[in-house]
This record gives sequence, structure tokens and C-alpha cells, in this order.
Amino acid sequence: MTEKQQITIDGQLIDFEQGQTVMDAAIAANIYIPHLCHNPKFKPQGSCRLCTVNVNGRTAAACVTQCVANAIVENQTIALTAKRKDIIELLFIEGNHFCPSCERSGDCQLQAQAYQHNMIGTELTYQYPSRQLDASHPEIMLDRDRCILCELCVRASRDADGKNVFAIAGRGNQANLVVNSDSGLLKDTQLSVDDLAMKVCPVGALLIKKRGFNHPIGDRLYDHKPISEVGHHHPYETNQDRKKDKLQEDT
Amino acid sequence: MITSMPQKTQQKALAFLSRSAQKSTPFDITKVTQEAMAVYGVHAGNCLQILILIQQRLGYIPVKANRMLSRSLDLPVSHIDGLISFYAFLTDQPLGKFTLYISDNITDRMLGNQEVAAKLCQQLKVSERTSRADGRVYVGFSSCTGLGDQGPALLVNGYAINKLTDERIVQIVALIEQDVELANWPDTLFSIETNINQQDHILSSQPFTGQALAFLKKQPSRDIMQELQASNLRGRGGAGFNTYRKWAYCQQTQAKQRIVVCNADEGEPGTFKDRVLLQNHANALIEGMTLCARLIDANQGFIYLRAEYLFLYPTLVETLARRRQQKLLGTNIIGIEGFNFDIDIHLGAGAYVCGEESALIESLEGKRGIPRLRPPYPVTSGYQGLPTVVNNVETYVAACHIVLNGGDWFAKQGVANSAGTKLHSVSGDCTQPGIYELSLGATIKELLKHCGGEDAQAVQVGGASGTLVPAKDFDRGLEFDDVPTGGSFMVFSKQRDIFEVIKNFAEFFRHESCGFCTPCRVGTSLSNEILGKIANGQGTPHDIDRLTRINELSSSMSQCGLGQTAHHALGNALRHFPECFTRRLQTKEHALAIDLEQEIVRIAVNNREH
Repeated sequence: MTEKQQITIDGQLIDFEQGQTVMDAAIAANIYIPHLCHNPKFKPQGSCRLCTVNVNGRTAAACVTQCVANAIVENQTIALTAKRKDIIELLFIEGNHFCPSCERSGDCQLQAQAYQHNMIGTELTYQYPSRQLDASHPEIMLDRDRCILCELCVRASRDADGKNVFAIAGRGNQANLVVNSDSGLLKDTQLSVDDLAMKVCPVGALLIKKRGFNHPIGDRLYDHKPISEVGHHHPYETNQDRKKDKLQEDT
Repeated sequence: MITSMPQKTQQKALAFLSRSAQKSTPFDITKVTQEAMAVYGVHAGNCLQILILIQQRLGYIPVKANRMLSRSLDLPVSHIDGLISFYAFLTDQPLGKFTLYISDNITDRMLGNQEVAAKLCQQLKVSERTSRADGRVYVGFSSCTGLGDQGPALLVNGYAINKLTDERIVQIVALIEQDVELANWPDTLFSIETNINQQDHILSSQPFTGQALAFLKKQPSRDIMQELQASNLRGRGGAGFNTYRKWAYCQQTQAKQRIVVCNADEGEPGTFKDRVLLQNHANALIEGMTLCARLIDANQGFIYLRAEYLFLYPTLVETLARRRQQKLLGTNIIGIEGFNFDIDIHLGAGAYVCGEESALIESLEGKRGIPRLRPPYPVTSGYQGLPTVVNNVETYVAACHIVLNGGDWFAKQGVANSAGTKLHSVSGDCTQPGIYELSLGATIKELLKHCGGEDAQAVQVGGASGTLVPAKDFDRGLEFDDVPTGGSFMVFSKQRDIFEVIKNFAEFFRHESCGFCTPCRVGTSLSNEILGKIANGQGTPHDIDRLTRINELSSSMSQCGLGQTAHHALGNALRHFPECFTRRLQTKEHALAIDLEQEIVRIAVNNREH
């Protein structure tokens, strides 16, 4: 038998298996490290940087950093929490996020992170970017205003659905989610509402049409418990399950 | 993509890339796309190089070519769109038959590049960043073109022109208006100087035509590696990793194939020493790469040449061809059975981030230059997952000298932890801009004395991502343990406004951030905006706090070196030159972020026009 390997996260000793990332080990031990672009189903990429932790004194994104034996990881420090709040503010000002009218409000991870980090408003300047909305698909809407470039839909469509519907184009603050079709429109892709790509969006960038507010606000995933307690469940998948239950009740 | 016949590939690419090929006979998009694919071979990994050839021939990448490539290379159209929109010199629309990019580094601005742009636009009757109605010409800006010692400079359809005097502007305008093919423009316009002002062993050496390689016959590889170890050579690109260790790590990997890459993507603003090495000492570079190949057992090499140095492409091809003839490259090199190694040249297409070694490898593979997660480092998993050594031009050149003269000889030069000499690219306010080769550890003051820049209030060492050093610290040493540098040295006299320097760097990083991670993507954009606000006299003390906050965030939370260093000079300036910022601020706690009257006028004018 191989010897048990361990790391410490905020003083708590936890086990890890060779090859696991700090995030993997944390999830297994039920320790919450804030994140947005990470979903255990997909290859981690470490782009949102929200899961940045200190590993043996050096900052590193937990989702892409391999555990090394006896590493000392700091997660919930005052300094890291403040910087994570800054990142959330940057994501809010970069796009056009209007929570009160968003179908995903209450189920949105960006919004939940903002609550989690006590973000009330921001004194940074809103960028009000002009981004294209794609409502061409009969059943699906892509609202780039709400996209945070986490690339989860890119990964899901490529690696799980096998359709490769999405990609990132542009550079720097011009980076944007594009659709892989000659017209650049969703209607000319094979994307369907049942695709995993539709279920992994942490925000309201990919929405199913004609299904507005099926589930009442006030009773959504993050309405009663903060994201740190809800933990690593993916809101939309849970939400889908709830919708199924609701449909059954209705019929 | 590794091409089997680099010589043939390079000869065919010349038909697209040499200036003498720049003639605008009517082109058939299908034919050009097929020809471009035929140069490198129909493989997805060649997509970027193929796009560069099409851009060069047609002046843009038509949708038709995009779709053809998508089908032939089996790539999503979004992948190709992603490439075109990532690299600054690729466009999906024709900009102008003559596309002019004026170099826009701070030192170019100090030399009057804005006036040059205004004159060109006025004489050509065109607005900045707008195609002229007849499609003849476009005047835009680019990041530093590596001609800071002979600016203002521009690129016309990719080829560099230096020293833009009024006479040369008139001459360029006339050539454009008379529609003279670029192939027929006078050669004098395109001669690039080397401006070597101080030389030591690297710059005074004779061409390497096998002198260093000959040691491979005299000594076992192990002994040569020991010399390298004894030399304490550290990478010259800026990070300063021990070269022996890098090569040894790579050599120790279990692999059938290894790769040697030269990073000639000299994008750090104010650096041009690699350009001079490529101009005068290409043999030493190639010999250094070939040595490395033998020592780590690699058979394939790449020179990743930045787009701005397109004018060097033909001479590099020539040097490579000559070395193949001399048996210094190719198969059975210097008569050693089984010593096979050849070098492809890949061009960049306008992306500073590709100077970061893992982004460079992504770009070599024909992708967007998004830095990879590290580890794994390229020495274990680099180009196509193969163990890869990536070194700067100057590092390979230095390795040649070490093999020739011994590790101890090299280690004796310079100071502890910083052995050898270093090339400095000096630009800005000094009487003798150009290249200086000094022992590492020389002080800033010494270099300023050499170049006639004693009047400086500050120097920027190591490029836009480097350190802004105020006059009181000029006794500090140019070495890895004090003020490290990749070779950029920009001098600012007492008449200069440091705020303008910082503003220029902020524009640069906003333009060059790859956009992958949040702190860098949004941070560089936001700091540039805040500095713009301060420049317009709309800033308040709160804006300084915001800048400090963004600096702390991006330096600690970004994924790669670009984001981590993007606000370094800003931090230095806020500390050493706070008055450059504070004197522009409104004293009020809160001020309008805009000039209300100006905005009303702007909106009114806009409304009238539409």
C-alpha cells in the first residue's frame, strides 16, 4: 500500500491522491475554494483566477495546481478574499450584467460569488461593452453581455457533446465567445437544449428560450444558502432536476 | 508542424515573403490559398504560417480563403477566425494596398512619430486608422518595431523603414500615389542600421562557421556540458534561467525526439539587440542551436521570428542554405554520422505575448498565443508535447563562445550570479543610441556615460514590463540580482514627463494582453482607461488608489508574466514620481469622469454627421 499523502488547507489536514489538483483534493474533503471557470467534469484551465490560493507561500490557481506532499495551502485569508472580490468586480464591470432582469438570477454563480464576497457595488468604471446578441436559434439564446469567458461551454461542446460549437476569438479586452458556423450564428450549428454545453454556463449567457422564470425567484439555488455552503453542485444541473420535479408535480 | 524539407519550404515561402515578390498582379484567392498551403503542407499545425502567406500576398484573409482552409485543414471556421482576430497583423478585411503601421513605443513618440503620422495622413489625405476610399492606403500604429535607435519607424506591408524625415515622408507619399510596387521602391528606404557602439567578444567575433561545432569531434558531449555548467550562463531573454540546467533537464527526458527553439520574438518595447545579432551574427545563433541539438539529442529546430523582422527572413534563409552546403546543418553534420538537425523559420504575426515561451510554442503549433499552464515546462513537454529547449537569440550566441573559449573564461566576466556580457539596446534621450555590449554588473550610470545620457531623470530597464529606475538609483547594477534586463534600456531626460511613459506602456499592455485570465484582461484595460482619465484632467485621488489596487491584483493573480509585470513600471512611477500623477488630479474628492462640455459638443457633432 502506498503511504497516505496529505496537504494542509487553512490548517486542516486532508488526503490527496497522486495527480490530484488542490481543487480536486479540496472538493473531495468538502472544503470550498471559490471558483467560476472550474467544473470537475472538464479539463481545468485556470482562467478566471478566482480559485487563486497560496501554496507554500506562492500564489497559484487551485484548479490547475497539482498537490505536492505536505504542501501548506492558504485559502480563506483576508488578502485572498479581498483580491477575489476585486476579480468579481472586474467581471461585473467588463460585461453588462443586469441581475434584476436576468433569468439566471439566484442560480447565477457570478451573482452568488458577489454575495459570498460581500460585494455591494463597485467604484470601478463600468465598461458598457457593445456585444452581439444571438437569438437566431429557435430554442436557445446567446447573450454575450453576460458572458464571463469561462470557456465551460467551449469545453463541454468540444469534449463532451462532440459538436465544437463554441470558441474564443479576439485578444485582450476584445476577446469574445464566437460560434463555429459559416454564418457565425447559433441557428447554423447542431447545438441543442440537451447539450451539456447548455447546462454548464455559470451565468446567464446561454439561455433556453420560452422558459422564463419557471422557478420563482426566492426559491432558487443560492437564494437560501451561500455558494460556499451549496458547494460544488452545479446550479443549472440541480435546477434542471428541480424543474423535472416541478414538471412532474404539474402533470 | 515539422516540415521534412526546410530548405524547399523556405525557398517557396520566399516567393511570398521577400520584398522583391511584392507585386500586385491580379490574384485569384483560390490559387493563392492553394499555393500557400503547398508551401508548408496541408496540416492544421501550419494554419498560422499559411495565413501569414495569404495576408502577405493578398493584404487580407478573405472569407473564401478562410473557408477553404477550414475544409482542407479540417479546422473549425471559428478556429481560423480566432487566429485572425488574435494576431495584430492578420486582418479579415483589406486595409490598403499599402498598409502603413507606425511604430508607437514611447521612444518613437519622443522622436516625433505622432507628427510623422499627422504628416503622412495629411499628405495622403487619409485619417488615422481608416482605409482611404480608393483602397490605396491605410495608416495605423503598431507596438514597438525594434528600431528605437533609428526611429521614427514604420512598416509598409510588413517591411521596416527607419528614420522618417520629412524628405522620406514625401518620398513614401509619392511612391504610394504613383502606385509603385513595393518591389520597386528604392532599397535605400529599407536599409536598417546596426548602430553598434560598444563591443566585446560577442559583437566583435568572426562568423561562426563550424569553430564551435568542431569541439563535438574533439570532446565528448559530457565535457562540453561541463563547460556550459562552469560558465554559469543564464538565459538572456530576461528570466535568467540557468542554461546548463535547462539543456540538461531536456536531455535527461525520456523521448525519441526533442526540439530546439530560438525565441526571436523580440517584442519587449525598446529591445533591438536580437535584431542586430540576426543581422550580423546569424551564424553564431544557428551554430549555437546546432550545438544545443547535439547536446540534447534533438533533430528539429525552429526560429520564431517576429513579424516586424520580416526583412530579415531572406538573409536568414540564405544563411541556413549556406550552412547546409557547408555541412553545418542538415544530415551528418560536420561529418558525424547520424548528427541530423535542421531549422524551420516560423513568423509571428504581431503578438507580444508570444515572447512568453509557452505562448510561443502554442503559436508554433499554429494556435492562438495563449500561455500554457506551467508545469509542465517546455523542457519536458513543449512543442507537440516533445521536450523542448526554448532560448533567446543571445543565449545561443553566448553558448558558442563558451564552447570556443571555455566555461571558466566566461564565468570570469561579469559578477557573481551574472556571468558574461550583455547586449543593451539603448534608445531615448542620449547622444548615441544603439547597441552596447557590457559585462553584466555594469551600473546604469556607466551605461549612461557610454551612451551620452547623463542628463537622465530615469531609465526604463528591461522594457515596458521592466523597472523604472530614478536617477538616485543609477548606481544600481545591470545584473540578474539587482536590475535584471532582457536588453532594453530607454533613457528619459529631465524634460520628459514620466506620466507619458506610463500612459504609453498602459496602452501597450491593453493592446497586448491575450485576454485569457481576468486580472490581466480587465486590469490592463481598466488601468489604461484610468490613466486616460487622469491625462484629460478628470482624475481624482481615488483614481490613484484604483491604479494601486489593479497593480496589486494583476501582479499577484495573473496567469503569466505579462499580467504579472504589466503594472510594474506604473508602481515604480507612483513611488518615485508621484507628482507626475498628482499634478494632473482634481483636488476634489469626486469629479466627473468626463468633460461635460466636450462630450456635449462631441455628441452634437456625431448627431449632425449621422
